[in-house]
Amino acid sequence: MSGIIPAPISRQPWQMLIPLIALVCFGGAVLYSAGGGHVQPYALSHLVRFSVFLVVASVMTLVSKDVVQLLAYPAYIVVLLLLVAVEAVGAIGGGSQRWINLGPLVLQPSELMKPVIVLVLARFYASLPSGMVPTWRSIVPAGAMIGMPMLLVLAQPDLGTALAIGFGGVVVMFLAGLPLRWFIGGGIAGIIAAPVAFFVGLKPYQQKRVFTFLDPESDPLGDGYHITQSKIAIGSGGLSGKGFNNGSQSHLNYLPEPHTDFVFATMAEEWGFIGGMFVLLMFFLILRWGWKVALSSQDRFSRLLAGGMVATIFFYVAINLMMVMGLAPVVGIPLPFMSHGGSSMMTNMICIGTLMAINRWTVKAGRSGLST
Amino acid sequence: MRRKRQRARAIVSPATLSNSFDRRSFVIAGVQGGLGVLLAARMGYLSIFENAKYKTEAESNRVNLSLIPPRRGWILDRNGVPLASNRADFRVDVIPDRMRDAEAEIGELATLLSLDKVKVDEILDKVEKSRGFAPVEVASGLDYDQFAAVSVRLPDLPGVVPQRGFSRFYPTGPSVGHLVGYVGAPSREEYEREPKPLLLTPGFKVGKDGIEKQFEQELRGMPGARRVEVTATGRRVRDLETREDVPGHPVHLTIDGPLQDYAARRIGLESGSVVVIDCLTGDLLCMSSMPSFDPNSFSDGIGRLEYSMLSKNDRVPLRNKVLQGLYPPGSTVKPMVAMAFLEAGLSPDATVTCNGGLRVGNRVFHCWNRRGHGSVNMAKGIYQSCDVYFYHFAQQLGMNVISDMARRCGLGQEFPLPVASQFYGTVPDPEWKLKKYGREWQAFDTVNATIGQGYMLFNPLQLAVYAARIATGRTVMPRLILDGKPSRFGSMNFHGDHVQIIQNAMSDVINGPGTAGRARLPIDDVLMAGKTGTAQVVSLGISNGKTGPWKYRDHGLFICFAPFDNPRYACAVVIEHGGGSGSAYPIARDVMTFLFDPAKALDSLHSFEKQWGGKPAQRMARQYAAFVGEMGIAVPEETFNLDPRESRAAAEARAQPKSDATNNGTAKGQTGEEVSSSANPDNAT
Repeated sequence: MSGIIPAPISRQPWQMLIPLIALVCFGGAVLYSAGGGHVQPYALSHLVRFSVFLVVASVMTLVSKDVVQLLAYPAYIVVLLLLVAVEAVGAIGGGSQRWINLGPLVLQPSELMKPVIVLVLARFYASLPSGMVPTWRSIVPAGAMIGMPMLLVLAQPDLGTALAIGFGGVVVMFLAGLPLRWFIGGGIAGIIAAPVAFFVGLKPYQQKRVFTFLDPESDPLGDGYHITQSKIAIGSGGLSGKGFNNGSQSHLNYLPEPHTDFVFATMAEEWGFIGGMFVLLMFFLILRWGWKVALSSQDRFSRLLAGGMVATIFFYVAINLMMVMGLAPVVGIPLPFMSHGGSSMMTNMICIGTLMAINRWTVKAGRSGLST
Repeated sequence: MRRKRQRARAIVSPATLSNSFDRRSFVIAGVQGGLGVLLAARMGYLSIFENAKYKTEAESNRVNLSLIPPRRGWILDRNGVPLASNRADFRVDVIPDRMRDAEAEIGELATLLSLDKVKVDEILDKVEKSRGFAPVEVASGLDYDQFAAVSVRLPDLPGVVPQRGFSRFYPTGPSVGHLVGYVGAPSREEYEREPKPLLLTPGFKVGKDGIEKQFEQELRGMPGARRVEVTATGRRVRDLETREDVPGHPVHLTIDGPLQDYAARRIGLESGSVVVIDCLTGDLLCMSSMPSFDPNSFSDGIGRLEYSMLSKNDRVPLRNKVLQGLYPPGSTVKPMVAMAFLEAGLSPDATVTCNGGLRVGNRVFHCWNRRGHGSVNMAKGIYQSCDVYFYHFAQQLGMNVISDMARRCGLGQEFPLPVASQFYGTVPDPEWKLKKYGREWQAFDTVNATIGQGYMLFNPLQLAVYAARIATGRTVMPRLILDGKPSRFGSMNFHGDHVQIIQNAMSDVINGPGTAGRARLPIDDVLMAGKTGTAQVVSLGISNGKTGPWKYRDHGLFICFAPFDNPRYACAVVIEHGGGSGSAYPIARDVMTFLFDPAKALDSLHSFEKQWGGKPAQRMARQYAAFVGEMGIAVPEETFNLDPRESRAAAEARAQPKSDATNNGTAKGQTGEEVSSSANPDNAT
């Protein structure tokens, strides 16, 4: 806090905001190229959305911890009811659907559930007496809170989002200090159950995606097409890429979804290895800041909430990058802050906003001298 | 239970939980960091280590290399006039594999290009039988409006390829069909033999027959290439670069184009062939064989119907009769036989009395003139074509002198010409017969051979070469390619004035008291010398050889050379089932006239063509229309068979009964006009 820069500006978490804005602007540039060298339809709306959600995130920082804690359960219940409503609308409308039309706003409740599950579990474990942590009382309600939305989202069906919800929840449980043997036992049970779930629980098109991932060359023009073309785009970029607006894979439509799920491949084709490293570095800086927020916050609620939010963002990044580089099956998960799309921008900015709020709570507490 | 809970209570506290959070967040962050490193490594692997591979793949995605079929080299006649050239046109092909609904799309094309039902059925037939990835021609020779109409509808017509290209054009059509051959889309076998992408390019054609096939590599040229940037859906974004094709080399033939066309047209409604050879150089000036096919329609991809029509025709328009027609030479061999006698020491003044026949063994062999020729010497034997003269002296001198002379004259010889196949026929002798049939040579075999019947079978080219060798006394060798090299022929080493004796006798055939007075050239200062021949096909018991069913009529043959005093051109004409030599020598006369006075020759041709119903191409078109009307489109499927090996087998099969006939003693010495015996009722086709 030097005297030159006014306090409201200097107290902003610039070590996160600078990489974030850099990443979003870079994403805008890539979307400009993916839009065929035009700001419409992708780049402009991407930047506008980010600006809007950045304001939303800033407003979120003004909300006090008590209010957040108070709203945790009601928020969870509302989102859960929305998920049920989506199912109901889908059942009546005679087809599966993932969103609700609220006038001009299109709401995708499953997206909202990703941060909300973290919030509600953080709230739950923060209020759970320490002594009860290693008992059934810590896992059964939490399991139910994770299980219900997961089942509803799976029924949509949206495997990627269901896994994201589950992942966020499990990370919070892990951070909450639940006995390690439960996770190990759960892991072993999962390994045993996975093949059963794969053949019984997954739809044929989902199974096919997994097979395709294991051997994309088996069907290069069919299901392996996405992975193959994405790898060609990334691999053909080389060290420094083909140059801005010069990606043939994206411009000639060989790359599927060049502006959403495969935006990283679009970027890598034009910016090469250097561009890829830049993106990874920005994510590293953002996530590192997130962990710093989590570790420096003083109370259990803030810590769990922050850790869960970081994990949620990370889940997006990791799955998306593994997918485009051929390390994971194709699941429809966009890359945070770069892919074009309102829902993912909203979810990730809620996570960022929450982290900023926690950061503010911590700073405030530190300044008022209540704790060190 | 209580103990356990106590222990749990003792361990878990807010402090331990905070501690555990620190440790576990470190673990998670570590896992995340590890994954980040893994992703960075993967990124480096893909974009740096495997860069070359993926760069190539991206390029092959982006760039579509399409070959431009090279313009085919022209086939030129001796004066540089094209016998085969290229015509710029617009064409439309389809690639069956890329079509969504072949029938509907071809239906749409049929409307756009106004194709009739027959053509549509033929295209669908070809699409069904094609290899899928290879283009099938829908139409060529389109005008720009039709081409544009198809081009604008391309988005609805996947697999349809309209393009600008060149199609092969044969200005004189059927006249050069057998000689030049034709071109067509490569067959599966041709692609397997030469698996180049060019062979799959729409519009590319290879030579299928004749010169087109023999000189395929010279004529082909180098394909051009067009590199085009395309989207994933195949839409063209822009042309990157275009490499022009390198046209193929021209092939210069010794053929005289107008003469070739004239001879083909002059054959008229007959089935036959004309060969003209330059006596000084050996240049083949004309190798006409009719009826023929129109190589233009073959090159457009001949239809099932048209092929069916050609293959059903008993005058075999698919066979090149110059090289693959074998005929008993009849009396045309007599100058050669006489030469053999002279060389064996027989005096030209030695005479024999012809009373209309000669007993050989227990059979009488008749002369064609039953009344007899009286006293016959060698010259009279030739110009009157007296059979008895040859029966008599052949028995004295033996078969071997005759067969040796036949070979010296080029009969039965295979010439080093760039052609797909030559049937070189048979020069019979005792050794040959023993080897082939396991039977001894008989006196009547010799007698038959002296008048060009029995086992003797030659093709028209051999007869022309033979005429040229008699005309010049030199070992003239035919050639088809004009390479500018001077020809140098050795002497035939005939003794003394033997050549003059034979040549004078041949002149008398036309200009003296001979058998072909009407063959005299209508040109004042050019005299022609020649020899008639009539080859009997069936015994007189079946047909008199002049009238009756076409296939029982005698073949008409004629060999000649002109000018008599300084031979320049030699010619052989063979008319299948023409009813005697009278069908052959008028054609030879007019063809030779054309060489000296084209206008005069054309006048007579034009009056003939008025009677015949136009030029060959016009007659063929009418014939085709009639055939379609008769057969409808329900023509039974035929396999395309232009394989010379098969026709050779067929020719040999036809030649087979001859030996049986001979040995059954059916050679009775019947007389035709100037023929005597025909041992074989079916020895010539």
